[in-house]
Amino acid sequence: MITAGIIIAEAAAIYDGKKAVQSQSYGPESRGGASKAEVIISDEDIDYPKATAIDAMLALTQEACTKYYKDIKSGGLLLIDSDEVKKVPTGDFKICSFPIISTARDVLGKEIVANIISLGLITEITRIVSHEAIEKAVLSRVPAAFLELNKKALHIGFEKGAALSPIS
Amino acid sequence: MANNKKRFMQGNEACTEGALYAGCRFYAGYPITPSTEVMEICAARLPKMGGVFIQMEDEIASICAIAGAALGGLKSMTATSGPGFSLMQEGLGFACMAEVPCVVVNVMRSGPSTGFPTGPSQSDVMQAKWGTHGDHPAIVLTPASVEEIFHETVRAFNLSELYRTPVIILYDEIIGHMREAITIPGPGEVEIVERRVPSCAPSEYKPYDVQGGEIAPLASYGEGYRFHVTGLYHAADGFPTNNTKLIEEACHRLLRKIDDNKERIWKNEEYYLEDAEIGIFAYGVSARSAKFAVRELRKKGIKAGLLRPLTIWPFPDRAVEEMAGRVKAIVVPEMNMGQIVYEVERVAHGKCEVKGIFRVDTEPIRPAQIMDCITGNGSKPPAPNSKMAEMMVERDMLDG
Repeated sequence: MITAGIIIAEAAAIYDGKKAVQSQSYGPESRGGASKAEVIISDEDIDYPKATAIDAMLALTQEACTKYYKDIKSGGLLLIDSDEVKKVPTGDFKICSFPIISTARDVLGKEIVANIISLGLITEITRIVSHEAIEKAVLSRVPAAFLELNKKALHIGFEKGAALSPIS
Repeated sequence: MANNKKRFMQGNEACTEGALYAGCRFYAGYPITPSTEVMEICAARLPKMGGVFIQMEDEIASICAIAGAALGGLKSMTATSGPGFSLMQEGLGFACMAEVPCVVVNVMRSGPSTGFPTGPSQSDVMQAKWGTHGDHPAIVLTPASVEEIFHETVRAFNLSELYRTPVIILYDEIIGHMREAITIPGPGEVEIVERRVPSCAPSEYKPYDVQGGEIAPLASYGEGYRFHVTGLYHAADGFPTNNTKLIEEACHRLLRKIDDNKERIWKNEEYYLEDAEIGIFAYGVSARSAKFAVRELRKKGIKAGLLRPLTIWPFPDRAVEEMAGRVKAIVVPEMNMGQIVYEVERVAHGKCEVKGIFRVDTEPIRPAQIMDCITGNGSKPPAPNSKMAEMMVERDMLDG
Protein backbone atom coordinates (compact mmCIF):
# COMPACT_ATOMS: atom_id res chain seq x y z
CA MET A 1 0.00 0.00 0.00
CA ILE A 2 2.94 2.32 0.63
CA THR A 3 3.87 1.75 -3.02
CA ALA A 4 0.48 3.14 -4.03
CA GLY A 5 1.20 6.24 -1.95
CA ILE A 6 4.57 6.67 -3.65
CA ILE A 7 3.01 6.27 -7.10
CA ILE A 8 0.24 8.84 -6.62
CA ALA A 9 2.71 11.33 -5.11
CA GLU A 10 5.09 10.73 -7.99
CA ALA A 11 2.25 11.22 -10.48
CA ALA A 12 1.58 14.63 -8.96
CA ALA A 13 5.21 15.73 -8.51
CA ILE A 14 6.78 14.45 -11.70
CA TYR A 15 4.00 14.16 -14.28
CA ASP A 16 1.47 16.79 -13.17
CA GLY A 17 4.08 19.37 -12.15
CA LYS A 18 2.69 19.87 -8.65
CA LYS A 19 4.40 19.71 -5.28
CA ALA A 20 4.09 16.44 -3.41
CA VAL A 21 5.46 14.83 -0.27
CA GLN A 22 4.98 11.21 0.67
CA SER A 23 5.75 9.83 4.10
CA GLN A 24 4.83 6.72 6.01
CA SER A 25 4.27 5.25 9.43
CA TYR A 26 4.76 1.65 10.34
CA GLY A 27 5.62 -0.49 13.33
CA PRO A 28 8.73 -2.49 14.16
CA GLU A 29 7.43 -5.68 12.49
CA SER A 30 9.23 -6.70 9.30
CA ARG A 31 5.88 -7.79 7.86
CA GLY A 32 2.28 -7.58 9.00
CA GLY A 33 0.95 -4.90 11.34
CA ALA A 34 -0.78 -1.67 10.42
CA SER A 35 1.03 0.71 8.12
CA LYS A 36 0.05 3.95 6.51
CA ALA A 37 1.30 5.98 3.59
CA GLU A 38 0.59 9.69 3.72
CA VAL A 39 0.56 11.91 0.65
CA ILE A 40 0.24 15.69 0.46
CA ILE A 41 -0.30 17.30 -2.93
CA SER A 42 -0.28 21.06 -3.37
CA ASP A 43 0.39 23.86 -5.82
CA GLU A 44 2.62 25.45 -3.18
CA ASP A 45 5.67 24.27 -1.22
CA ILE A 46 4.81 21.73 1.43
CA ASP A 47 6.47 22.18 4.80
CA TYR A 48 4.78 19.93 7.33
CA PRO A 49 5.07 16.48 5.72
CA LYS A 50 2.31 14.62 7.56
CA ALA A 51 -1.40 14.47 6.68
CA THR A 52 -3.39 15.90 9.58
CA ALA A 53 -6.67 16.79 7.85
CA ILE A 54 -7.31 14.08 5.31
CA ASP A 55 -9.17 14.77 2.05
CA ALA A 56 -9.24 11.16 0.93
CA MET A 57 -8.40 7.93 2.71
CA LEU A 58 -8.20 4.40 1.39
CA ALA A 59 -8.51 1.51 3.85
CA LEU A 60 -8.09 -2.07 2.71
CA THR A 61 -8.38 -3.56 6.19
CA GLN A 62 -10.69 -3.09 9.15
CA GLU A 63 -7.70 -2.39 11.38
CA ALA A 64 -6.43 0.44 9.19
CA CYS A 65 -9.91 1.90 8.81
CA THR A 66 -10.64 1.93 12.51
CA LYS A 67 -7.20 3.23 13.42
CA TYR A 68 -6.94 6.13 10.99
CA TYR A 69 -10.42 7.34 9.86
CA LYS A 70 -10.72 9.96 12.62
CA ASP A 71 -8.45 12.40 10.78
CA ILE A 72 -10.67 12.54 7.67
CA LYS A 73 -11.86 16.09 7.33
CA SER A 74 -15.40 17.28 6.95
CA GLY A 75 -16.59 16.65 3.40
CA GLY A 76 -13.69 14.26 2.75
CA LEU A 77 -13.75 10.77 1.28
CA LEU A 78 -13.28 7.33 2.77
CA LEU A 79 -12.77 4.52 0.27
CA ILE A 80 -13.00 1.04 1.74
CA ASP A 81 -12.77 -2.54 0.55
CA SER A 82 -16.32 -3.80 0.92
CA ASP A 83 -15.23 -7.37 1.75
CA GLU A 84 -12.67 -6.39 4.33
CA VAL A 85 -14.21 -3.43 6.16
CA LYS A 86 -17.48 -4.58 7.71
CA LYS A 87 -17.64 -2.10 10.56
CA VAL A 88 -18.12 1.04 8.51
CA PRO A 89 -17.43 4.20 10.49
CA THR A 90 -19.76 7.16 10.39
CA GLY A 91 -18.79 10.78 10.15
CA ASP A 92 -19.11 13.99 8.23
CA PHE A 93 -17.54 12.46 5.12
CA LYS A 94 -18.45 10.49 2.01
CA ILE A 95 -17.89 6.74 2.00
CA CYS A 96 -17.34 4.70 -1.15
CA SER A 97 -17.06 0.95 -1.04
CA PHE A 98 -15.77 -1.54 -3.60
CA PRO A 99 -14.50 -5.17 -3.44
CA ILE A 100 -10.94 -4.14 -4.33
CA ILE A 101 -8.93 -7.16 -3.20
CA SER A 102 -11.37 -9.76 -4.53
CA THR A 103 -11.53 -7.98 -7.91
CA ALA A 104 -7.75 -8.11 -8.09
CA ARG A 105 -7.79 -11.78 -7.20
CA ASP A 106 -10.83 -12.99 -9.18
CA VAL A 107 -10.77 -10.74 -12.25
CA LEU A 108 -7.02 -10.21 -12.70
CA GLY A 109 -5.72 -13.30 -10.94
CA LYS A 110 -3.26 -11.33 -8.79
CA GLU A 111 -4.11 -9.95 -5.37
CA ILE A 112 -0.97 -7.83 -5.53
CA VAL A 113 -2.57 -5.38 -7.99
CA ALA A 114 -5.24 -4.37 -5.45
CA ASN A 115 -3.26 -1.21 -4.79
CA ILE A 116 -3.21 -0.31 -8.49
CA ILE A 117 -6.99 -0.80 -8.76
CA SER A 118 -7.20 1.48 -5.71
CA LEU A 119 -5.15 4.14 -7.49
CA GLY A 120 -7.56 3.98 -10.44
CA LEU A 121 -10.53 4.39 -8.12
CA ILE A 122 -9.00 7.29 -6.19
CA THR A 123 -7.92 9.09 -9.34
CA GLU A 124 -11.34 8.72 -10.89
CA ILE A 125 -13.25 9.79 -7.77
CA THR A 126 -11.00 12.64 -6.57
CA ARG A 127 -9.23 13.80 -9.75
CA ILE A 128 -6.33 14.80 -7.51
CA VAL A 129 -3.96 13.68 -10.27
CA SER A 130 -4.64 13.38 -13.98
CA HIS A 131 -5.35 10.02 -15.59
CA GLU A 132 -2.29 10.44 -17.81
CA ALA A 133 -0.02 11.21 -14.86
CA ILE A 134 -1.14 8.25 -12.77
CA GLU A 135 -0.78 5.90 -15.72
CA LYS A 136 2.74 7.10 -16.45
CA ALA A 137 3.66 6.84 -12.77
CA VAL A 138 2.26 3.31 -12.45
CA LEU A 139 3.97 2.07 -15.59
CA SER A 140 7.32 3.61 -14.62
CA ARG A 141 7.30 1.76 -11.29
CA VAL A 142 6.42 -1.80 -12.42
CA PRO A 143 8.64 -4.42 -14.06
CA ALA A 144 8.23 -4.80 -17.84
CA ALA A 145 6.64 -8.24 -17.56
CA PHE A 146 3.74 -6.82 -15.55
CA LEU A 147 3.00 -3.66 -17.54
CA GLU A 148 -0.18 -5.02 -19.13
CA LEU A 149 -1.51 -6.45 -15.87
CA ASN A 150 -1.02 -3.15 -14.04
CA LYS A 151 -2.47 -1.10 -16.87
CA LYS A 152 -5.54 -3.33 -16.82
CA ALA A 153 -5.82 -2.98 -13.05
CA LEU A 154 -5.60 0.81 -13.26
CA HIS A 155 -8.27 0.96 -15.94
CA ILE A 156 -10.60 -1.30 -13.96
CA GLY A 157 -10.18 1.25 -11.18
CA PHE A 158 -11.03 4.16 -13.51
CA GLU A 159 -14.06 2.33 -14.86
CA LYS A 160 -15.47 1.17 -11.52
CA GLY A 161 -14.70 4.51 -9.93
CA ALA A 162 -16.79 6.33 -12.53
CA ALA A 163 -19.77 4.09 -11.77
CA LEU A 164 -19.39 4.22 -8.00
CA SER A 165 -21.78 6.24 -5.88
CA PRO A 166 -21.23 6.91 -2.18
CA ILE A 167 -22.91 4.53 0.28
CA SER A 168 -23.19 7.35 2.77
CA MET B 1 20.13 16.76 -19.54
CA ALA B 2 19.80 13.10 -18.63
CA ASN B 3 21.43 13.87 -15.32
CA ASN B 4 19.19 16.80 -14.55
CA LYS B 5 15.92 14.93 -14.76
CA LYS B 6 13.51 15.57 -11.93
CA ARG B 7 13.03 12.44 -9.85
CA PHE B 8 10.81 11.47 -6.95
CA MET B 9 13.13 10.18 -4.30
CA GLN B 10 13.44 9.15 -0.68
CA GLY B 11 15.68 11.13 1.70
CA ASN B 12 17.98 8.18 2.34
CA GLU B 13 18.34 7.62 -1.39
CA ALA B 14 19.25 11.29 -1.87
CA CYS B 15 21.93 10.81 0.79
CA THR B 16 23.52 8.00 -1.21
CA GLU B 17 23.22 10.02 -4.42
CA GLY B 18 24.94 12.95 -2.70
CA ALA B 19 27.72 10.72 -1.43
CA LEU B 20 28.38 9.23 -4.87
CA TYR B 21 28.25 12.70 -6.44
CA ALA B 22 30.84 13.90 -3.90
CA GLY B 23 33.13 11.05 -4.88
CA CYS B 24 32.47 8.53 -2.10
CA ARG B 25 33.82 5.17 -3.24
CA PHE B 26 33.84 3.18 -0.01
CA TYR B 27 30.95 2.24 2.22
CA ALA B 28 31.12 -0.04 5.24
CA GLY B 29 28.13 -0.44 7.49
CA TYR B 30 25.70 -2.54 9.41
CA PRO B 31 22.02 -2.20 8.51
CA ILE B 32 19.68 -0.51 10.98
CA THR B 33 16.26 1.10 10.66
CA PRO B 34 15.68 3.86 9.65
CA SER B 35 18.98 4.28 7.81
CA THR B 36 19.13 0.97 5.91
CA GLU B 37 18.22 2.37 2.48
CA VAL B 38 21.45 4.39 2.43
CA MET B 39 23.33 1.12 2.75
CA GLU B 40 21.12 -0.85 0.33
CA ILE B 41 21.59 1.67 -2.44
CA CYS B 42 25.33 1.87 -1.80
CA ALA B 43 25.43 -1.93 -2.08
CA ALA B 44 23.71 -1.76 -5.46
CA ARG B 45 25.59 1.23 -6.85
CA LEU B 46 29.15 1.29 -5.53
CA PRO B 47 30.54 -1.94 -7.05
CA LYS B 48 29.35 -0.83 -10.50
CA MET B 49 31.32 2.42 -10.15
CA GLY B 50 34.55 0.75 -9.13
CA GLY B 51 33.83 1.42 -5.47
CA VAL B 52 33.83 -0.90 -2.50
CA PHE B 53 30.87 -1.94 -0.38
CA ILE B 54 31.30 -4.09 2.72
CA GLN B 55 28.67 -5.22 5.19
CA MET B 56 30.58 -5.35 8.46
CA GLU B 57 29.94 -7.44 11.57
CA ASP B 58 28.85 -4.39 13.55
CA GLU B 59 29.05 -0.62 13.76
CA ILE B 60 32.38 -0.58 15.62
CA ALA B 61 33.96 -2.36 12.69
CA SER B 62 32.09 -0.11 10.24
CA ILE B 63 33.55 3.14 11.50
CA CYS B 64 37.02 1.61 11.73
CA ALA B 65 36.70 0.35 8.16
CA ILE B 66 35.76 3.75 6.77
CA ALA B 67 38.62 5.40 8.66
CA GLY B 68 40.97 2.83 7.18
CA ALA B 69 39.61 3.31 3.68
CA ALA B 70 39.98 7.08 4.05
CA LEU B 71 43.64 6.64 4.97
CA GLY B 72 43.92 4.48 1.87
CA GLY B 73 42.82 7.48 -0.17
CA LEU B 74 39.10 6.88 -0.73
CA LYS B 75 36.27 9.13 0.31
CA SER B 76 34.27 6.94 2.66
CA MET B 77 30.98 6.85 4.51
CA THR B 78 28.84 4.83 6.88
CA ALA B 79 25.22 5.27 7.93
CA THR B 80 23.45 4.17 11.08
CA SER B 81 20.91 5.10 13.71
CA GLY B 82 21.10 5.74 17.48
CA PRO B 83 22.14 2.27 18.70
CA GLY B 84 24.82 1.97 16.02
CA PHE B 85 25.90 5.58 16.50
CA SER B 86 26.57 4.79 20.16
CA LEU B 87 28.85 1.94 19.12
CA MET B 88 30.68 4.20 16.68
CA GLN B 89 31.74 6.77 19.26
CA GLU B 90 35.15 5.25 19.94
CA GLY B 91 36.04 5.13 16.24
CA LEU B 92 34.67 8.60 15.74
CA GLY B 93 37.01 9.93 18.43
CA PHE B 94 39.89 8.14 16.75
CA ALA B 95 39.01 9.79 13.43
CA CYS B 96 38.89 13.22 15.13
CA MET B 97 42.24 12.64 16.83
CA ALA B 98 44.00 11.07 13.84
CA GLU B 99 42.38 13.68 11.57
CA VAL B 100 40.83 11.20 9.18
CA PRO B 101 38.25 12.67 6.78
CA CYS B 102 35.08 10.55 6.62
CA VAL B 103 31.31 10.95 6.76
CA VAL B 104 28.92 9.36 9.26
CA VAL B 105 25.16 9.52 8.72
CA ASN B 106 22.87 9.15 11.73
CA VAL B 107 19.18 8.82 10.85
CA MET B 108 17.69 9.45 14.27
CA ARG B 109 15.12 7.13 15.78
CA SER B 110 13.51 7.03 19.18
CA GLY B 111 15.82 6.05 22.05
CA PRO B 112 17.48 5.40 24.42
CA SER B 113 18.75 1.92 23.54
CA THR B 114 16.82 0.21 20.75
CA GLY B 115 13.84 2.46 21.60
CA PHE B 116 11.23 2.49 18.85
CA PRO B 117 13.04 1.62 15.62
CA THR B 118 10.57 3.13 13.15
CA GLY B 119 9.77 6.16 15.30
CA PRO B 120 11.37 9.49 14.43
CA SER B 121 13.35 11.45 16.98
CA GLN B 122 15.82 14.29 17.32
CA SER B 123 17.42 13.04 20.50
CA ASP B 124 20.98 12.42 19.27
CA VAL B 125 21.79 16.07 18.66
CA MET B 126 23.92 16.34 21.80
CA GLN B 127 25.46 12.91 21.28
CA ALA B 128 26.59 14.05 17.84
CA LYS B 129 28.66 16.72 19.57
CA TRP B 130 29.66 15.03 22.82
CA GLY B 131 29.24 11.31 22.20
CA THR B 132 32.92 10.58 21.96
CA HIS B 133 35.10 11.46 24.92
CA GLY B 134 37.70 14.16 25.20
CA ASP B 135 37.78 17.66 23.79
CA HIS B 136 37.27 17.22 20.10
CA PRO B 137 35.95 19.15 17.12
CA ALA B 138 32.55 18.32 15.63
CA ILE B 139 30.91 19.28 12.38
CA VAL B 140 27.27 18.17 12.28
CA LEU B 141 24.84 19.02 9.48
CA THR B 142 21.04 18.93 9.80
CA PRO B 143 19.22 18.84 6.44
CA ALA B 144 15.41 19.05 6.39
CA SER B 145 14.32 18.00 2.89
CA VAL B 146 15.18 15.39 0.29
CA GLU B 147 16.94 17.89 -1.96
CA GLU B 148 18.79 19.31 1.02
CA ILE B 149 20.01 15.86 2.10
CA PHE B 150 21.67 15.53 -1.30
CA HIS B 151 23.41 18.89 -1.09
CA GLU B 152 24.34 18.61 2.58
CA THR B 153 25.85 15.19 1.96
CA VAL B 154 28.05 16.72 -0.74
CA ARG B 155 28.92 19.51 1.69
CA ALA B 156 29.72 16.97 4.42
CA PHE B 157 32.32 15.33 2.18
CA ASN B 158 33.73 18.70 1.19
CA LEU B 159 34.07 19.85 4.80
CA SER B 160 35.61 16.54 5.87
CA GLU B 161 38.29 16.84 3.19
CA LEU B 162 38.85 20.52 3.79
CA TYR B 163 39.33 20.19 7.55
CA ARG B 164 40.59 16.59 7.68
CA THR B 165 37.93 15.57 10.16
CA PRO B 166 34.87 13.32 10.40
CA VAL B 167 31.59 15.05 9.54
CA ILE B 168 28.22 13.85 10.81
CA ILE B 169 24.97 14.16 8.88
CA LEU B 170 22.05 14.11 11.29
CA TYR B 171 18.43 13.82 10.28
CA ASP B 172 15.30 12.16 11.66
CA GLU B 173 13.35 9.17 10.39
CA ILE B 174 10.69 11.35 8.75
CA ILE B 175 13.22 13.28 6.67
CA GLY B 176 15.06 10.05 5.84
CA HIS B 177 12.02 8.10 4.74
CA MET B 178 9.89 10.75 3.09
CA ARG B 179 9.87 11.26 -0.63
CA GLU B 180 9.98 14.53 -2.56
CA ALA B 181 10.94 15.67 -6.01
CA ILE B 182 14.63 16.34 -6.54
CA THR B 183 16.78 17.31 -9.48
CA ILE B 184 20.23 15.78 -9.25
CA PRO B 185 22.77 18.29 -10.58
CA GLY B 186 24.92 17.34 -13.54
CA PRO B 187 28.65 16.69 -13.11
CA GLY B 188 30.52 19.88 -12.29
CA GLU B 189 27.43 21.86 -11.27
CA VAL B 190 28.22 21.52 -7.56
CA GLU B 191 31.71 22.10 -6.21
CA ILE B 192 33.58 19.02 -5.03
CA VAL B 193 36.56 19.44 -2.72
CA GLU B 194 39.43 17.01 -3.18
CA ARG B 195 41.91 16.05 -0.51
CA ARG B 196 45.14 18.02 -0.17
CA VAL B 197 47.93 15.53 -0.67
CA PRO B 198 51.63 15.99 0.08
CA SER B 199 53.95 17.33 -2.60
CA CYS B 200 57.12 16.34 -0.74
CA ALA B 201 59.07 13.13 -1.21
CA PRO B 202 57.78 10.14 0.80
CA SER B 203 60.94 10.15 2.92
CA GLU B 204 60.25 13.72 4.06
CA TYR B 205 56.54 13.31 4.74
CA LYS B 206 55.16 13.94 8.22
CA PRO B 207 51.41 13.36 8.50
CA TYR B 208 50.85 16.03 11.17
CA ASP B 209 53.38 18.63 10.13
CA VAL B 210 51.39 21.85 10.19
CA GLN B 211 54.23 24.21 9.30
CA GLY B 212 52.34 25.25 6.19
CA GLY B 213 48.97 25.84 7.89
CA GLU B 214 46.64 24.35 10.47
CA ILE B 215 45.80 21.28 8.44
CA ALA B 216 48.53 18.99 7.14
CA PRO B 217 48.23 17.33 3.72
CA LEU B 218 47.19 13.68 3.96
CA ALA B 219 48.99 10.97 2.02
CA SER B 220 47.29 7.73 1.02
CA TYR B 221 48.60 4.40 2.21
CA GLY B 222 49.87 2.33 -0.66
CA GLU B 223 51.36 5.19 -2.60
CA GLY B 224 54.82 4.97 -1.11
CA TYR B 225 54.26 7.23 1.88
CA ARG B 226 54.84 5.32 5.12
CA PHE B 227 53.41 6.98 8.19
CA HIS B 228 52.09 6.21 11.65
CA VAL B 229 48.54 6.91 12.78
CA THR B 230 47.38 6.63 16.37
CA GLY B 231 44.68 7.77 18.77
CA LEU B 232 47.40 8.72 21.24
CA TYR B 233 48.60 12.29 21.27
CA HIS B 234 51.28 12.42 18.64
CA ALA B 235 54.01 14.62 17.25
CA ALA B 236 54.28 15.83 13.66
CA ASP B 237 55.64 12.45 12.56
CA GLY B 238 52.54 10.67 13.88
CA PHE B 239 54.31 8.79 16.68
CA PRO B 240 53.02 9.07 20.26
CA THR B 241 54.40 11.80 22.44
CA ASN B 242 54.32 12.56 26.16
CA ASN B 243 55.62 16.08 25.65
CA THR B 244 53.11 18.23 27.56
CA LYS B 245 53.68 21.23 25.34
CA LEU B 246 52.96 19.22 22.19
CA ILE B 247 49.88 17.67 23.78
CA GLU B 248 48.45 21.05 24.68
CA GLU B 249 49.24 22.47 21.25
CA ALA B 250 47.68 19.50 19.49
CA CYS B 251 44.44 19.72 21.49
CA HIS B 252 44.20 23.45 20.89
CA ARG B 253 44.86 23.04 17.17
CA LEU B 254 42.23 20.29 16.80
CA LEU B 255 39.57 22.61 18.21
CA ARG B 256 40.94 25.71 16.50
CA LYS B 257 40.84 24.25 13.01
CA ILE B 258 37.03 24.15 13.27
CA ASP B 259 36.55 27.17 15.54
CA ASP B 260 38.62 29.50 13.37
CA ASN B 261 36.68 28.41 10.31
CA LYS B 262 33.18 28.33 11.73
CA GLU B 263 32.01 31.23 9.62
CA ARG B 264 32.72 29.08 6.59
CA ILE B 265 31.06 26.03 8.15
CA TRP B 266 27.94 27.72 9.47
CA LYS B 267 24.90 27.68 7.24
CA ASN B 268 21.47 28.93 8.25
CA GLU B 269 18.16 29.63 6.67
CA GLU B 270 16.31 32.70 7.89
CA TYR B 271 12.57 32.82 7.31
CA TYR B 272 10.64 36.01 8.08
CA LEU B 273 13.24 36.89 10.69
CA GLU B 274 13.93 40.56 9.78
CA ASP B 275 11.02 42.04 11.70
CA ALA B 276 10.18 39.06 13.90
CA GLU B 277 9.11 39.60 17.50
CA ILE B 278 8.97 35.89 18.25
CA GLY B 279 11.82 33.76 16.99
CA ILE B 280 11.73 30.02 16.44
CA PHE B 281 14.94 28.01 16.38
CA ALA B 282 14.34 24.62 14.80
CA TYR B 283 16.13 21.97 12.74
CA GLY B 284 15.07 18.90 10.74
CA VAL B 285 11.40 17.95 10.64
CA SER B 286 10.56 20.33 13.50
CA ALA B 287 11.75 23.21 11.32
CA ARG B 288 9.23 22.19 8.66
CA SER B 289 6.47 22.42 11.27
CA ALA B 290 7.90 25.74 12.41
CA LYS B 291 7.86 27.17 8.89
CA PHE B 292 4.21 26.26 8.53
CA ALA B 293 3.52 27.83 11.93
CA VAL B 294 5.34 31.06 10.99
CA ARG B 295 3.16 31.51 7.90
CA GLU B 296 -0.05 30.85 9.84
CA LEU B 297 0.98 33.16 12.68
CA ARG B 298 1.80 35.95 10.22
CA LYS B 299 -1.72 35.60 8.80
CA LYS B 300 -2.98 36.30 12.30
CA GLY B 301 -0.76 39.36 12.57
CA ILE B 302 1.80 37.76 14.87
CA LYS B 303 5.34 38.57 13.76
CA ALA B 304 7.02 35.19 14.03
CA GLY B 305 10.21 34.18 12.26
CA LEU B 306 12.38 31.10 11.94
CA LEU B 307 16.12 30.55 12.25
CA ARG B 308 16.95 27.12 10.85
CA PRO B 309 20.52 25.81 11.15
CA LEU B 310 21.83 23.49 8.47
CA THR B 311 25.02 23.33 10.52
CA ILE B 312 24.04 22.56 14.11
CA TRP B 313 27.69 22.04 15.26
CA PRO B 314 29.65 24.23 15.51
CA PHE B 315 26.62 25.86 17.10
CA PRO B 316 25.50 29.00 15.22
CA ASP B 317 26.28 31.33 18.12
CA ARG B 318 26.31 34.55 16.15
CA ALA B 319 22.99 34.03 14.38
CA VAL B 320 21.26 33.05 17.61
CA GLU B 321 22.83 35.97 19.46
CA GLU B 322 21.59 38.40 16.81
CA MET B 323 18.12 36.90 16.93
CA ALA B 324 18.07 37.01 20.74
CA GLY B 325 18.89 40.71 20.61
CA ARG B 326 15.93 41.47 18.38
CA VAL B 327 13.05 39.24 19.54
CA LYS B 328 11.04 39.04 22.74
CA ALA B 329 11.24 35.29 22.96
CA ILE B 330 12.74 32.30 21.18
CA VAL B 331 10.80 29.05 20.93
CA VAL B 332 12.76 25.83 20.39
CA PRO B 333 10.66 22.85 19.24
CA GLU B 334 12.56 19.58 19.19
CA MET B 335 11.68 15.89 19.23
CA ASN B 336 13.48 15.17 22.49
CA MET B 337 13.10 16.22 26.10
CA GLY B 338 15.21 19.36 25.68
CA GLN B 339 18.72 19.41 24.19
CA ILE B 340 19.47 22.24 21.77
CA VAL B 341 17.23 24.56 23.78
CA TYR B 342 20.04 24.79 26.36
CA GLU B 343 22.51 25.93 23.70
CA VAL B 344 20.02 28.60 22.62
CA GLU B 345 19.66 29.64 26.27
CA ARG B 346 23.44 29.80 26.65
CA VAL B 347 23.80 32.09 23.66
CA ALA B 348 20.70 34.20 24.34
CA HIS B 349 22.21 34.81 27.77
CA GLY B 350 19.10 36.43 29.19
CA LYS B 351 18.59 38.84 26.27
CA CYS B 352 15.19 37.26 25.65
CA GLU B 353 13.03 34.47 26.96
CA VAL B 354 13.79 30.96 25.67
CA LYS B 355 11.14 28.24 25.72
CA GLY B 356 11.20 24.66 24.55
CA ILE B 357 8.47 22.53 23.02
CA PHE B 358 9.38 18.89 23.46
CA ARG B 359 7.75 15.76 22.10
CA VAL B 360 8.85 12.14 22.41
CA ASP B 361 5.81 10.04 21.45
CA THR B 362 7.36 9.47 18.00
CA GLU B 363 4.84 11.81 16.38
CA PRO B 364 6.30 15.00 14.88
CA ILE B 365 5.63 18.30 16.60
CA ARG B 366 2.60 19.68 14.82
CA PRO B 367 2.48 23.28 13.59
CA ALA B 368 -0.55 23.83 15.84
CA GLN B 369 1.54 22.98 18.90
CA ILE B 370 4.05 25.69 18.02
CA MET B 371 1.28 28.17 17.23
CA ASP B 372 -0.57 27.39 20.46
CA CYS B 373 2.61 27.85 22.44
CA ILE B 374 3.14 31.28 20.90
CA THR B 375 -0.46 32.51 21.00
CA GLY B 376 -1.02 31.24 24.51
CA ASN B 377 -3.65 28.76 23.41
CA GLY B 378 -1.70 25.88 24.88
CA SER B 379 -4.55 24.35 26.87
CA LYS B 380 -6.37 23.21 23.74
CA PRO B 381 -6.08 19.46 23.26
CA PRO B 382 -3.69 18.94 20.35
CA ALA B 383 -4.40 16.71 17.40
CA PRO B 384 -6.87 13.88 17.64
CA ASN B 385 -5.58 10.37 17.47
CA SER B 386 -2.25 10.98 19.12
CA LYS B 387 -1.09 9.80 22.48
CA MET B 388 0.59 12.83 23.87
CA ALA B 389 3.79 12.61 25.82
CA GLU B 390 4.80 16.17 25.35
CA MET B 391 5.45 19.19 27.42
CA MET B 392 3.72 22.37 26.58
CA VAL B 393 5.47 25.43 27.80
CA GLU B 394 4.01 28.26 29.80
CA ARG B 395 1.26 30.04 27.98
CA ASP B 396 1.91 33.66 28.76
CA MET B 397 4.89 34.13 26.54
CA LEU B 398 3.49 37.04 24.54
CA ASP B 399 2.27 38.76 27.67
CA GLY B 400 5.43 37.91 29.59
